[in-house]
Amino acid sequence: MKLKLHIWRQSKPSTKDNPHGDGRMVAYDLDGVSPDMSFLEMLDVLNEQLTLKGEEPVAFDHDCREGICGSCGMAINGLPHGPERGTTTCQLHMRSFKDGQEIYIEPWRAKAFPVVKDLMVNRSAFDRVVQAGAYVSVNTGSAPDAHSIPVNKDDADKAFDAATCIGCGACVAACKNASAMLFVGAKVSHFVHLPQGRVERERRARNLVAAMDKEGFGNCTNQYECEAACPKEIPVRVIAEMNREYLRAKVVEEPPSGKLISGPG
Amino acid sequence: MSWISSFWRSSIGGKVTMAVTGLLLYLFVIAHLLGNLQIFAGAEKLNGYALMLKNLGPVLWFARIGLAAVFVLHVVTAIRLTRANRAARPVRYAYEDTMKATWASRSMVLSGLSLLGFVVYHLLHFTLGVTNPEHHALRTPDGQHDVYAMVVKSFSNPAISGVYIAFQLMLFFHLSHGFQSLMQTLGIHHGRYTPMVKRLGWLLAAAVAGGNIFIPVAVLSGMVR
Amino acid sequence: MKLESNIPSGPIAQKWEKRRFDLKLVNPANKRKFKVLVVGSGLAGSAAAASLAELGYQVECFCYQDSPRRAHSIAAQGGINAAKNYRNDGDSVYRLFYDTVKGGDFRAREANVYRLAELSVNIIDQCVAQGVPFAREYGGYLDNRSFGGAQVSRTFYARGQTGQQLLLGAYSALSRQIGAGTVKMFPRTEMLDVVLVNGHAKGIVVRDMTTGEIRSHAGDCVVLCTGGYGNVFYLSTNAKGCNVTATWRAHKRGAGFANPCFTQIHPTCIPVSGDHQSKLTLMSESLRNDGRIWVPKQVGDKRAPHEIPDSERDYYLERRYPSFGNLAPRDIASRAAKVVCDEGRGVGPMGLGVYLDFRDSIQRLGKDAIAARYGNLFHMYAKITAEDPYSQPMRIFPAVHYTMGGLWVDYNLQSTIPGLFVAGEANFSDHGANRLGASALMQGLADGYFVVPYTVGGYLAGEKPNGGKADGAEHRAAVAEVQALTKRMLETNGNRTVDSFHRELGKIMWQYCGMARSEKGLTEAIQRIGALRASFWKDVKVTGSGENVNQSLEKAGRVADFLEFGELMCRDALERTESCGGHFREEYQTEDGEAKRNDEAFCHAAVWEWKGKDQKPVRHTEALEFENVHLAVRSYK
Ligand SMILES: Cc1cc2nc3c(=O)[nH]c(=O)nc-3n(C[C@H](O)[C@H](O)[C@H](O)COP(=O)(O)OP(=O)(O)OC[C@H]3O[C@@H](n4cnc5c(N)ncnc54)[C@H](O)[C@@H]3O)c2cc1C
Ligand code: HEM
Ligand code: HEM
Ligand code: SF4
Ligand code: F3S
Ligand code: FES
Repeated sequence: MKLKLHIWRQSKPSTKDNPHGDGRMVAYDLDGVSPDMSFLEMLDVLNEQLTLKGEEPVAFDHDCREGICGSCGMAINGLPHGPERGTTTCQLHMRSFKDGQEIYIEPWRAKAFPVVKDLMVNRSAFDRVVQAGAYVSVNTGSAPDAHSIPVNKDDADKAFDAATCIGCGACVAACKNASAMLFVGAKVSHFVHLPQGRVERERRARNLVAAMDKEGFGNCTNQYECEAACPKEIPVRVIAEMNREYLRAKVVEEPPSGKLISGPG
Repeated sequence: MSWISSFWRSSIGGKVTMAVTGLLLYLFVIAHLLGNLQIFAGAEKLNGYALMLKNLGPVLWFARIGLAAVFVLHVVTAIRLTRANRAARPVRYAYEDTMKATWASRSMVLSGLSLLGFVVYHLLHFTLGVTNPEHHALRTPDGQHDVYAMVVKSFSNPAISGVYIAFQLMLFFHLSHGFQSLMQTLGIHHGRYTPMVKRLGWLLAAAVAGGNIFIPVAVLSGMVR
Repeated sequence: MKLESNIPSGPIAQKWEKRRFDLKLVNPANKRKFKVLVVGSGLAGSAAAASLAELGYQVECFCYQDSPRRAHSIAAQGGINAAKNYRNDGDSVYRLFYDTVKGGDFRAREANVYRLAELSVNIIDQCVAQGVPFAREYGGYLDNRSFGGAQVSRTFYARGQTGQQLLLGAYSALSRQIGAGTVKMFPRTEMLDVVLVNGHAKGIVVRDMTTGEIRSHAGDCVVLCTGGYGNVFYLSTNAKGCNVTATWRAHKRGAGFANPCFTQIHPTCIPVSGDHQSKLTLMSESLRNDGRIWVPKQVGDKRAPHEIPDSERDYYLERRYPSFGNLAPRDIASRAAKVVCDEGRGVGPMGLGVYLDFRDSIQRLGKDAIAARYGNLFHMYAKITAEDPYSQPMRIFPAVHYTMGGLWVDYNLQSTIPGLFVAGEANFSDHGANRLGASALMQGLADGYFVVPYTVGGYLAGEKPNGGKADGAEHRAAVAEVQALTKRMLETNGNRTVDSFHRELGKIMWQYCGMARSEKGLTEAIQRIGALRASFWKDVKVTGSGENVNQSLEKAGRVADFLEFGELMCRDALERTESCGGHFREEYQTEDGEAKRNDEAFCHAAVWEWKGKDQKPVRHTEALEFENVHLAVRSYK
């Protein structure tokens, strides 16, 4: 196969006041691509050629190359992870493209994901959201026997469906509003379906949403593009569940003891 | 109560504000349509309805202020969220495409703003009688504000009818996404019922817009005169 | 090099308890004065970092990915073993211990293995409490399956993504501590050296992969959890970034490297499709529970699989190993596949593949049942090969998957460098010459959650906090060395890419140090690797600068280490003139082609000592005693 690639090249990291950095789209002609190659292997071939020409290869995140680590990800002709549903960029194969096709390759676009270099972005905002409460507060060694609390199978399956999120950021990249609600919703949903997670549900909902907002992600207007782009096909159900949990925590439930109760002095 | 503002400022709080105000506006539009459809029951009926509303006095004003407040809140929140959403993507894609998002869902601001425009015009037209004073001035034999005649006269003018019909399409798009959207926002999502909700929302939007459109069409076609 | 295994005295079942009591404790008030550097955020690293922070130590944790959650543990599919005996099918701590020692072909340390089996039980409790969504039955209790040649159902799993779910559990515990400020996380940071201060590991040198800054971090001890070195073969089921760099550079600072030649070749991977191939994808071995493995009886039979009648199919595992059949252990299944392919009976475009056929189980259980069990694996296979495994058999071939060898550690998981602990796949301790399925996740978590937190404390109790100052002479010297090496790679400016060297090394390793090894081949390999290494330092081309992201530079450093390490692997394989587990020497086999162990000469761990560049390394041994599981020929017939 012969391809015409348009790739975003940016040498210096984006900054708050210069999100665009020194980036621009650069065109490359690439020949000898086999349909059996993965999309990343296609880029490997390009990079080998660039290196031998003395140019810098295109930087992009990748590691497992089997669709589970969530490292890889680029917008391919406007679609995060490319045209195939439920597929990461590393599992996308060139047989999904036509000989002679033009392909536009861009990094995730979001204020909360500043570009580090070329197609590589900084997704640490996701880690900070998780640090704000996407866990069960249990110390090593303090766990009871695994069978002490039976868990309804459907709940366990629902929790699992949400927990398969690989943290790739395609949901943010796909959303017109660069909203992270599918990712954060997945965390809320994962824990709220398990008895172990329900213990600190209000605190979790409040803290995760606060952390998400602090990172500068957009807001969800229920466009459902994230669901279509998600390589693990996380359902937008999780966003509804997060909305519910947040309402519960902020509106329905008693405020955390001590708060909003102004005693004397 | 600081939590109200903190709630409104939060992403989900903002969404919920849109949903609740949107729902109230939706209910108004439906009620309003039902009221207007009385035009087919003849002048007495519609004018009587208008008079009845008028005679509500303070209650009517209370309702109007409430409605205005809801509307303003809806718009203000919409503008706040929209600006935040724009800011969340400082650099746009050189190549844009979507798999699933509908045009209606991506254009809520557009359809919403045009509704804003419509409402302003609409108030100037029928309520305040600024745009067509001659129609607004019409009176029934017993000196009441002749709403029936006003509407018929106005819609007999193809230009005015055209404007109304065009705006109803925007209303359709806004509501077609709006209904299921507000359900999702309020956390109402169900594997079995959500697909129905989506279809229902579409039908409801079509019914509301269609009902509104039917009035000018009826006038133009001479069905109502 | 002194190899003090430090195994507690007393009966095997009481050893760990005794050790926990004997270990000195650090006064709670002093814990926060000690800083522990944990390199790696996989199961071992995340678990250790989180647990140590919970205990009150200051922790710094490092990984090369952009987030700790992406460590390659994430890719584990099949499951994790634990001696819970929830199935009441006769499992017990002792049986898991026994199976692991036997499965490792009697080349692992009994005491460590017993402790592993003992702790396996707590791991499941811990993970469930964290919210790991293991597969459950309708009653709400955990489901188990039999896995990798085990005759009891002791494997816990979460669909085909067990490693992901376990790692996310450990990652959530780690994140909780990062949020609390007790762990400082350094992602996109690669460790390039260990800093010794009068003989003890007191710091590491790292490169910030975004700014290019090379600096050192000081701590009171270092825990390496940097995973396996399977990528020495270039093509493996490891992630692209998996490397030997961390352990190798520690080795060059004096840490003994044990049994480097013990590598595991996994029988069920998707075959190579061409030279462009950058990695191999595993098909979980759980597939062997319902799939039957076969090749045509006829050499060069090119008919489509469904056209070949059963009478002309050779279900060779069922034939050769009637009692275990398709569930024969990995090393055995892999070698059997190689044998039939060498006979020219391999299938697929390159003749390097065998069929894994679900026809019969789909007939027996129905398509839905199979989809429920393996849906995501079938999906993955179809995605990669564009073939539908429901309608035609999968093609599979063995691939490098796991490395049993690693830095030598004593019972406390401390290497030959005091203060340098090694956990997870990076150490050599528990699997001997072959690892049983679903036992690496178990080991990573046992080490991280339940062993390191105790033994590190035992070490620190005898140390004075050094205040984390990284400006000592030793630090400056180590940083300078790394800077020089980096500079050299950037300035060589030859005419070959880093990958081309890595690919060539991989071909050599796979051909001579893969599933079957011989004196002739290994000698040849050692000589060719030496030549390739020489050419690397003349001809490698690394473009760009060291001042920002430079992925070729990162790769170059790793490949340089593989080029040295590959040679040691071959030496180890050459010196071990026996066949055991994953190590198969053609000269040492029974007439029916089974591995022939030599317990008189080789019932030991081979531990290598670095003697300097271009110096022959020295081979030491740690004798292995088997007091509980008696040495026996491993037979799965
Ligand atoms: C495809 C696949 C499937 C598997 N399936 C199973 C299974 O079903 N059951 C089972 O029990 N086992 C399985 N295994 C084995 C098991 O997953 C691994 O042995 C285990 O997860 C290793 O964990 P670890 O923490 O030791 O290392 P890893 O999870 O590999 O973590 C290594 C960490 O070290 C960091 N690191 C490495 N080098 C450096 C450096 N130089 N500087 C800084 N940081 C560094 C990395 O960033 C990473 O965080 C599988 C392995 C593979 C590859
Ligand atoms: C009679 C007039 C209006 C009605 C009946 C109406 C109704 C609705 C409804 C039901 C929603 C869905 C709420 C949700 O998604 O949760 C909505 C959303 C929205 N409305 Fe309106 N609206 C009206 C006017 C306006 C106006 C004047 C604007 C001006 C900007 C506007 C802007 C928006 C926007 C941007 C949204 C998307 C928010 C979201 O989907 O979360 N609307 N509206
Ligand atoms: C073709 C469709 C419509 C017709 C025929 C119509 C008719 C009228 C009439 C006759 C009045 C004046 C009543 C009076 O002064 O006594 C009125 C008021 C009003 N209409 Fe409409 N309307 C239509 C559509 C809409 C829509 C779609 C909206 C909202 C988006 C709307 C919002 C209003 C409002 C806010 C008022 C003022 C209510 C008040 O004075 O209290 N109308 N409409
Ligand atoms: S929700 Fe889906 S798209 Fe978003 S980060 Fe997780 S896996 Fe990626
Ligand atoms: S696409 Fe964006 S608008 Fe909401 S539903 Fe997904 S986050
Ligand atoms: S590289 Fe791991 S998901 Fe693509």
